[in-house]
Amino acid sequence: MSDVLIVPTGTANLASVKAAFQRLGATHAIAEQAAEIETAERVVMPGVGAFASSIGHLRRRGFAAALTARLAAGRATFAVCVGLQLLFEGSEESPDTRGLGVLPGRITRLPDSVRVPQLGWNRVEPHAGCRLIEPGHAYFANSFKATPPLPDGWAVATADHGGPFIAAFERGSVLACQFHPELSGAWGRALIERWLMKAA
Amino acid sequence: MLCVRIIPCLDVSHGRVVKGVKFQGLRDAGDPAELAALYEAQGADELVVLDVSATTEARGTQLDTVRRVRAELSIPLTVGGGVRGVDNAQSLLEAGTDKVSLNTAAVERPELIGEIAQRFGSQCAVVAIDARKAGDGYEVLIRSGKESAGRDAVAWARDVVALGAGELLLTSWDRDGTRSGYDLELVGAVAAAVNVPVIASGGAAGAEHLYQAIAAGAGAVLAASIFHDREYTVGDVKRELRERGVEIRP
Repeated sequence: MSDVLIVPTGTANLASVKAAFQRLGATHAIAEQAAEIETAERVVMPGVGAFASSIGHLRRRGFAAALTARLAAGRATFAVCVGLQLLFEGSEESPDTRGLGVLPGRITRLPDSVRVPQLGWNRVEPHAGCRLIEPGHAYFANSFKATPPLPDGWAVATADHGGPFIAAFERGSVLACQFHPELSGAWGRALIERWLMKAA
Repeated sequence: MLCVRIIPCLDVSHGRVVKGVKFQGLRDAGDPAELAALYEAQGADELVVLDVSATTEARGTQLDTVRRVRAELSIPLTVGGGVRGVDNAQSLLEAGTDKVSLNTAAVERPELIGEIAQRFGSQCAVVAIDARKAGDGYEVLIRSGKESAGRDAVAWARDVVALGAGELLLTSWDRDGTRSGYDLELVGAVAAAVNVPVIASGGAAGAEHLYQAIAAGAGAVLAASIFHDREYTVGDVKRELRERGVEIRP
């Protein structure tokens, strides 16, 4: 069995994520069955592209329910970028599409007072309770953001682009990042490594 | 707060890094994967690889170079040069590109910008604009600067953003390789016209030039020869910019 099971979200670019795990010596496989997503030791849910097409892809293949079950059970899961956004109930990006709804609230667009998309490195500040996420600079590529307050038990890290937004959150070995850890140099590599160890 | 990005650019031809003046007179500047690793270690925030021979020789961008660079690189990678369609972009993404840069193909078929933005997200759709001073304004050049597109650069910048471009790579043809500094009037005009990030390119000889482009509105600055010629490391440039109060990733 591979160290990491990657859930394909249709249009997501998997090459950079795969390369990041390869550099750490972790083997990976691409998920083909919903059942394996539910039970795999570690799952990565990358996300590049649109909210609606990503969630549509997960639903068509039966992956959405498997992911929800897995997250409810607190199994080691790493959601990246749009992957983080999919965990919420919905998004301004496609108002008629339901997200996984693991967390309450909706994703909204970044304000016009700043350049959108946010492309570049921004400072991540972990708040109380973060164990995996450390302070540092991470690479972001997003036009939409999460701001809802999270339920008890979730530790949050924030960044600022036209106001504070959720940069990442964690609970146990569930980790979700709005930034791209696979593109965040040595800091990102260390974060992925901590998650791999935590999820051992 | 979002940091300003320092982006070394590798102009690649036949699998080797090259550097020319005004897009001509190319000379060898090293191996792409080796330079990519070197620049990341120096603190580069991102890397751009442009296949400068692709459009003129009408062949696909070298996927092999992209794979080799990706294996080394844990910062974002933008690839351009000869990208003509969604399939073409998809192959580049599968090889390890994070963003695709369109130039001539976007002018010839502007719908391509929207096709790529819809399929992969606008953060993936970079439009490269090569601009040359013409009268009171700037004209867009295509085919590696060999031909005028008959368009105004600022108007074209607005158009491509409306079509879905998530970032502009703005190169001054007049300044490219001349070491006389970025065309600040061009950078300012385009940065004011759009709300997406603008990468300034063409003419950098030192940190002072980078500082000027940032002050003019660039969210990122691209340079090639100053790094290839080992005059400056990326770290040197970042240190100077930080001392001048620019928000920079340590």
